[in-house]
Amino acid sequence: MADFLLELRCEEIPARMQAGARAELEKLFRRELDAAGVSAGDVTIWSTPRRLALIARGLPLATEAVSEEAKGPPEGAPDAAIDGFCKKAGVSRDQLELRDVKGRMTYFAVVNIPGRPMAEVLAAATPAIIRDFSWPKSMRWGVASISTDSLRWVRPLSGIVALLNGEVIDVEVGGIASARETMGHRFHSSGGISIASADDYAAKLRAAHVIVDHEERQNLIRERAAKVAADAGLRLVADEGLVVENAGLTEWPVPLLGRFDETFLDVPPEVIQLTARVNQKYFVCEGTDGKLANAFVCTANIDPVDPAVVVDGNRKVLAARLSDARFFWEQDQKTPLAVHAEKLSRITFHEKLGTVADKVERVAKLARWLCEEGIVAGDPALAEQAARLCKADLVTEMVGEFPELQGLMGGYYAAKEGLPVEVAEAIRDHYKPVGQGDEVPTAPVTVAVSLADKLDTLRSFFKIDEKPTGSKDPFALRRAALGTIRLITDNGLRMGVAEGDLLDFFADRLKVQQREAGVRHDLIDAVFALGQETGNVEDDLVRLLARVHALQAFVTTEDGTNLLAGYKRAANILKKEGWDSTSRLPGLDPGPRSLAVEEEAGSRLGGREDESLVLSYTPEPAEKALIDALDTAAPLAAQAVEAERFADAMAALATLRVPIDRFFEEVTVNAQEADKRQARLALLARFRDAVHRVADFSRIEG
Amino acid sequence: MSAAPLFTPPARDPARSFQDMILTLHDFWSAQGCVILQPYDMRMGAGTFHTATTLRALGPEPWNAAFVQPCRRPTDGRYGENPNRLQHYYQYQVILKPSPSDIQELYLQSLAAIGIDPLAHDIRFVEDDWESPTLGAWGLGWEVWCDGMEVTQFTYFQQMGGFDCKPVAGELTYGLERLAMYIQGADNVYDLAFTSAGVTYGDVFLENERQMSKWNFEVAETGALFDLFAKAEAECRNALGAGVPIAAYEQAIEASHVFNLLQARGVISVQERASYMGRVRDLARSSCEAYAEKMRPEWQAKYPGWNLV
Repeated sequence: MADFLLELRCEEIPARMQAGARAELEKLFRRELDAAGVSAGDVTIWSTPRRLALIARGLPLATEAVSEEAKGPPEGAPDAAIDGFCKKAGVSRDQLELRDVKGRMTYFAVVNIPGRPMAEVLAAATPAIIRDFSWPKSMRWGVASISTDSLRWVRPLSGIVALLNGEVIDVEVGGIASARETMGHRFHSSGGISIASADDYAAKLRAAHVIVDHEERQNLIRERAAKVAADAGLRLVADEGLVVENAGLTEWPVPLLGRFDETFLDVPPEVIQLTARVNQKYFVCEGTDGKLANAFVCTANIDPVDPAVVVDGNRKVLAARLSDARFFWEQDQKTPLAVHAEKLSRITFHEKLGTVADKVERVAKLARWLCEEGIVAGDPALAEQAARLCKADLVTEMVGEFPELQGLMGGYYAAKEGLPVEVAEAIRDHYKPVGQGDEVPTAPVTVAVSLADKLDTLRSFFKIDEKPTGSKDPFALRRAALGTIRLITDNGLRMGVAEGDLLDFFADRLKVQQREAGVRHDLIDAVFALGQETGNVEDDLVRLLARVHALQAFVTTEDGTNLLAGYKRAANILKKEGWDSTSRLPGLDPGPRSLAVEEEAGSRLGGREDESLVLSYTPEPAEKALIDALDTAAPLAAQAVEAERFADAMAALATLRVPIDRFFEEVTVNAQEADKRQARLALLARFRDAVHRVADFSRIEG
Repeated sequence: MSAAPLFTPPARDPARSFQDMILTLHDFWSAQGCVILQPYDMRMGAGTFHTATTLRALGPEPWNAAFVQPCRRPTDGRYGENPNRLQHYYQYQVILKPSPSDIQELYLQSLAAIGIDPLAHDIRFVEDDWESPTLGAWGLGWEVWCDGMEVTQFTYFQQMGGFDCKPVAGELTYGLERLAMYIQGADNVYDLAFTSAGVTYGDVFLENERQMSKWNFEVAETGALFDLFAKAEAECRNALGAGVPIAAYEQAIEASHVFNLLQARGVISVQERASYMGRVRDLARSSCEAYAEKMRPEWQAKYPGWNLV
């Protein structure tokens, strides 16, 4: 068994690329070994800014010898065929064997491939790994770059260590030859460090101020940063992204706590945290009161001679950044949001949809309308005011510097201006919900503006036929639809959300969203399908989901499963008999918008279609039982649907289960007498219709 | 009568003198075989616009140069009231083609030469890729941090003027005022010691910043600027037509700066902005392309087998 160490050194690898590079190194290493017929087994991958390292343990010393056989043409075949076979198999003619195959002598080529020493496999694998390595961005460098064919790497490659059981595997890539020497920390170590084998690699590097294991550096940063904060009586604001980034920027991380001028705390805490994190990669801290403290934690890559010097340098940089932020904060407040908003007429929203000011105008009208119609219980004037100001912060200095603060800054500026608190909150939160875990606004004015903004975006882009396709969704319409769905369902807003293509788009998004909540997509289809024939499709998402939930509860019961089976049987018979529901059951309109009309139509239908009420023969008991059950259940279900008591509607349907089962058991639909047959088909149609009013059961799987 | 005494240069004091810091960098890069150039005598936004960087990055010939380039960023003017921001400041540029394998070590040695001890200060190479659509150029590299402050842009040019760099040049751009503030421990740029004999940066530049900020933002005659832009554009085309692409490139630089002045005067709308930038880009790229095409026969004669594309 053998252990292999591979280290690829280069100039500083961007922190954000290191995790991907580790995965790539492992993937290519396994690929190469698989190709040689060796299972790579246990592989450890480490990274620092200046190196990628791989240790594979328990490799065989050689690959296994393999014998490959190929069957060729029969004896006596034309020479051309035999020669062709030899060429393909890579053997000479005199190496062929003749064997009896079902009484016919046939040529066979037997190729014995001896096992290859592992050193040879790795000597071939290493250059292949380096040449095939895929980086998000790579470059050429140095003398060799006079040709564009020169080696590419993320930054100039500077060294290769390749040791198999302590022996150097000789390779050369891009003018760099492998060796057992590596380099330690850029400043704390000088000269080469000789590595004996995979076993002493990490320890030798540690002695040279390099912690090669990225996870160890991450743990160290997480713990020490928290500790320096705690030592100062503060609590570190955890930020896992920063932990990983700082571990990707250091080989010897040393978290240090510094303080900044307290007066900067006038600037909103989100701004300070963002400035510290994005520009400087510093952690921030909270005091015991939970408020942002005037402290930061930076992560140095050295054990400094005097930590105070490093901290003071970092403090000055942060102070300059915070001065800029404070300048923007103060500068932006000199202009009221309403005046900032005027500049939106200079920003194009989309070439076919006008400026951001045009969009704001549409959103303001829609937000007002949502309140006036009572769909959202907010003050129409406040909703309009908030909508008119909601995008104004896009032209402020602060949002220009930190786009991720859009909304938040507008909220702060509105509050500073003394605008009503509902307006400030609506401006602040109108982009929400953004991600899946993001909270959904509930304040009515906020809901109105947020909903109006998203609906306008969706309607506008659908109008100009800019719909998402496949993985392309440049205007984030899927996110807008999902946000709309959550706003509507979480707040119980009763409205028609859309029509046509856009409603279909909502239906798709709803299915995706509800799948995670365990709601079956076929049940959503079963409810959306209602009224499709008449164009009166369910567009009220709250009612739709209530119906779907009741339906799901029902179809998973024994009654539900059996009723579904009965429905399918009835539907199949009707289909087979050419019983067209639209021609036979005129005026049936299960669309929820016109439930009252629907019910009238239903009773008219019952009265007109005599065959269902007045029979020319004496019905069999099971037939009579179904008629009676339908007479009771159908109006009950219809009334329950109208009143949106969907569980009651399901309960009414459940009463049909025993009669329909019995009907199928005891009654022959296909009776010889035409009048009986017609009457029984009509009865089944009535049953199907009653069920259909609750949901289109033909769409339900199972 | 005695003979005039021989002049002995005094020891440099980069930690207490801005000009000594610059002279130390000159000494250092001169010792590495660089041509020490004087600044380009035109207004430009960055040292990268110097022909010693842009045009010399093209072609196969080795080229090593270092120079100070004054940079003008009209919109960064703060009337001398901001401790960090200036509409006129200095960059120190080093261009090394092909990029030597020890370029990072050389750079760190140059920092040590001006007084930055890497065990006392935290030096970091943080990813920062560079792209200039105007020049049709891009490269990969880092911003170099010293105790969290960006003191240098370090770039391996991959393309210039739309052509692959063959070979690749390494470019170092030191922000001289920032470095000096750091080394001298000054919180305000105007407090920097320009010399070790008591002259400050403010003595040299404060009044200049006040007047030039006012001119950039408030005074410059915009009609004349629009006119200048059009004339530079026309002259660039004229030079291109006459087969003198270096002269054309100068006019592209001129147009670029005039555009920056128009921006500072706030007379270019958002829609117009993109169009002006496109015009500047077109001039700069056409000039680079024409230069490369003009030099191509000479380069190919010297480097058989080398091709522009």
